[in-house]
Parts: sequence; structure tokens; C-alpha cells
Amino acid sequence: MGRRVAIVGTGHSKFGVRNDVNIPELAYEAISKAIADAGIERKEIDLVVTGYVGGWSSEGLAPVVIMEYAGLTGKPGYRIEAACATGSAAIKAAHDAIAAGEADIALVVGVEKMNESPTPTVVEFIGRAGNYFWEFENFGLTFPGYYALYATAYMQKYGATEEDYCKVAVKNHYYASMNPKAQFQRKITLETCMQSRYIAWPLKLFDCSPITDGAAAVVLASEEVAQKLTDSPVWIESIGASIGTSNLSKRTQFTNLEAARLAAQMAYKKAGIDPENPVKYLDVAEVHDCFTIAEIMAYEDLGFAKRGEGYKLIRDEQTYIGGVIPVNLSGGLKAKGHPLAATGVSMAVELANQLLGRVEKGRQAPIKNGRAIAHNIGGTGHYAYVTIYSLSKPRSPA
Amino acid sequence: MSNQREQADMFLAQMDQFANTMKESVGIPVLMDQKTGVRMWWDQREIKLRFVISVEKTFKFFEALAEGKLLATKCKKSGKILFPPQVDCPDDPEDEVEWVELPNKGELITWTVIYVKPYSFGHYQDYTVGIAKLENGVQILAWVRETDPKKLRMGMPVKIEIVRRQPENYLTYEIVPLEE
Repeated sequence: MGRRVAIVGTGHSKFGVRNDVNIPELAYEAISKAIADAGIERKEIDLVVTGYVGGWSSEGLAPVVIMEYAGLTGKPGYRIEAACATGSAAIKAAHDAIAAGEADIALVVGVEKMNESPTPTVVEFIGRAGNYFWEFENFGLTFPGYYALYATAYMQKYGATEEDYCKVAVKNHYYASMNPKAQFQRKITLETCMQSRYIAWPLKLFDCSPITDGAAAVVLASEEVAQKLTDSPVWIESIGASIGTSNLSKRTQFTNLEAARLAAQMAYKKAGIDPENPVKYLDVAEVHDCFTIAEIMAYEDLGFAKRGEGYKLIRDEQTYIGGVIPVNLSGGLKAKGHPLAATGVSMAVELANQLLGRVEKGRQAPIKNGRAIAHNIGGTGHYAYVTIYSLSKPRSPA
Repeated sequence: MSNQREQADMFLAQMDQFANTMKESVGIPVLMDQKTGVRMWWDQREIKLRFVISVEKTFKFFEALAEGKLLATKCKKSGKILFPPQVDCPDDPEDEVEWVELPNKGELITWTVIYVKPYSFGHYQDYTVGIAKLENGVQILAWVRETDPKKLRMGMPVKIEIVRRQPENYLTYEIVPLEE
């Protein structure tokens, strides 16, 4: 137990192929907006946390390159890495420091510049994000490949179809078309997705999130400082997290991500949310749809649908606005784009703005409960983070 | 048709050529983004990445491949079988491992066919990766000897075969579907 922590400022770069900027320039787009939004001076920041996976990009010590560029040297700081869940892990690290009284104001930035390497190299690096020696070295799995193992098992076990997967893509492209920060701003039809080529059977091009450059930033503050800075803090109500096995062969089944289920249970417990009926407490969700199958498994791991019934939610359009719970109104990783380390921070930015009623018309969720949930997965359930954001001050610190 | 690795190499050679032309004319290795016209620096430094990984403590596994056997480790006290083999028991620091042979038959749990390949796998034809559950419950991930995903089904009987991977010419193992 420690102090309560809130988001007091957000910033977000345009996601996409950003050959027009280098790494610090890209990060600065998000950092400068977040600091201005928080209404603070640089000198008030006590801690800088950078989420960055890298490998495909040139700067090895991106955090210091970025902080020098942004005039933020001379402060404690470090890099956080938890694969595609890096952004949420960075938020947790900053949150924990503030909760513990080690900082009053922390800046969190997630940045990735994946297009600094050619596509086959990026495919190689992401494919290595599992167990390198036992599952990559000899068998060359790719990231779509890892999730395809789940997509196959899920179809075989529950009777979901490739059309069901494509329906997730159609929804997320639809909402991305209203998000000016998204990589893809074009709606797609079911046929477009169904006719796209296989990347890793049964997943097709339009089932997959793209290779993206992007940055997102949040300013976090302690309760006392947050209430001085703003009338509308967005509280971090609870965080659940779990690590899964590195070898996929060690998973007991391939129809859900156990780490995500555990993280959700932990987050719900801390927030006092009934895990049997969480949608009753929530207004909107951002889930980790790196592939369409991942969004369907997220429905189940978060308890939005019963085991084996997640595909029915999208089939019945229950995750559009007006349904049981709107999911990925930003366009998700699928269409907003997925700059690995920026993704979890981007989810925080999106959900804060959703809760505050600040997003574009047509993709704003109705806010009744004042609560939103982020589901951010690293690897194929290698890391899982579930974070609950709230408009009302939590009863107890997260 | 060239394979994916050759295509990638060809693409990089083209970039290099553009950059050389630019070095001749404006003196710097700058490329123009075809879509947006923005300028990008073509890195003049290149590294090869290849790791050396210790197999000292698990060498029995690799030795046994030459005898056509697939080994795992087993915690003596708990009876838990560990695959991939590891020499420390995760649940009990006092427990010790011994080497045991894995059954070579089982059933297919899931699979995928990789069409878009990592750079270092770009010289292979499309390949199928699957997970099999062996008769003793241990699961193993490997290539599956079948390139049509629709000919495979969950629960179909398979065996594990030790094979030499070409063109690298080293021993590894493969999942082979059995006629029903």
C-alpha cells in the first residue's frame, strides 16, 4: 500500500511509417504534449521512465538520447522492457515509484522506431521474442506464427471461423478511420480481409498489426500534486501483472493466455470488480489486438465473454459502441498501429481521453461508470499487464 | 523465383546502390523515401549477428540425437519431466535431475504454416510449425512434415523423427503425421 497515483497529462505522436523523424524527435512529439497538457515545468519532474524495446533501431541507449534532446537530463531514469507490454510495465514502474514516495511527478514515454530496419529483419527480431534457442533457432517461428498456433487451436476447439477473426479487423479499422493518430485511416470490408494473403495460416495480412513507428507519453503525479495540478485527474485504480512461460510448448492449452487471465483477476480483485461480470463496472476497453485472435482471447481472459464464446461477441457486434462493452475505439494495435513500447502508454492516453470525453466524435464511448481497462500483452502471453483507470479517486491506492 | 532471403538481399543492394549514387553527387549516403520524399541516412556501419550459446550442461540431449533418441530431464523426487531439458528442478532446490528418453509418439495439438519468414529462415520453402503432445503428456514444438494445413487436425496421431536439417546439415527433430 502506498500513495494514490493519477495521470495528469497525455501526449501522443502520429503513428505510422515515420521516416520524417528520428527517435528523439519522435519521442519529443509525445513528451512535449504531455508536459504541456499537465501544465508543469520540466524542473518539476522527479523521474523519467522510458519504455523501449529496440534492436531494429539505431540508438542503443534511447532513453538518454531522448532525455538529452528534451532537456530532461540530471534526473533519475531508466529503460523498461517487457516486449509488447513495455508501455504498461513502464507505467507500473513510475506508478510504483510515486506510490512509494520516491517521486511526486514522473514522466513515462514509450517509443519505437521499427522502420529503421527492413521488414525481414523486424520479422526476425519479433520472431525471437519467445524462447530463442528451443523454439526459434530450429523452427523459425514468427510473431504471426505464435498467435496462429492459438488461432488454429481456437478454431478447432470452438468452431470459430476465419470470418470471425476478420470481423475484429473490420471493427478496428472502422474506429481507426476516425482517429487522426492512427496508422491506417481507411475502413475495410470483410472481403478485403478474407481475400488478403496468408502470413501464417490461418492468419492473413489483415489479421495482423503493422510495423509501426510511434511514441506516447503520460505525466503521472501523486494524489496531493495531482489535485493541485488539475480538476480532472485520471486515477490508476489497479494494476495486475503476470509472466507466462517462454516456451509455448509448456502452455497447457492454446485457446487463451493464462498470464492475461491472472493479470485480470489481480486487477479486478484490487479494484473490487466482480470478475464474473466486469463489464458492469467498465465503460470502455483497449485490448492487445496484435492479431485478431488476440482480441477474441482478450474478451475471454478479461471475463467479457465465457470461455469459448469470445468470437460470438464480435460476431454479434457487441464490442462496438452500444454493445456489451466497446473495445479498441482507437483502432487498436491492428489499425492504430503497434510501435511495441509505445502501445501500453498509447492505451493509457486513449483511455484517459475516453474517460474525460476528449476523443473524436463517432469513437467516443458513453462514460457512465467512469472506469476503463487496458489489456497489454508482451510476446504471446509472455508478459501480461491489466490496468484499470478511473475518474473517481480509488478507495485505496493501487 | 528467388527465395525471400534473396529478395531481401536484392532490396538492400538496391538501397546501397542509391546511396552510392548520392555519395557521388552530394557527398552523403542519403536516400529519398519513395512515398513521402523525406530524406534518410543509409547506415554506413553493418554488423553480422551470430551468438555462441552454452550447451555444456545439456549436452546429453544433443549426443542422444545422433543415436536417434529424444531425451528430457526428470526430477528424481517429484517425477516431473522437463522439456526443453533443464538441469535444475524449478519447484525444489533439493531435487536432482536424471536423463530419460521421451516416447516418440503422440498427437498433434496445434499448427501453423509460415509464409512470411524471418530473414534467417528466408532460404527455406514455406514450413509448418506445430506442437505435439507425447504419450507421457510432454509437449514438443517442431516443424511438421506436411505443408497443407487443411490436411492436419487436432488430435491426429504423430511421431517424432530425428532428422538432419538441410542445407545447414545438423541434427534436429520433426513431427511426422501418421496415417490413420
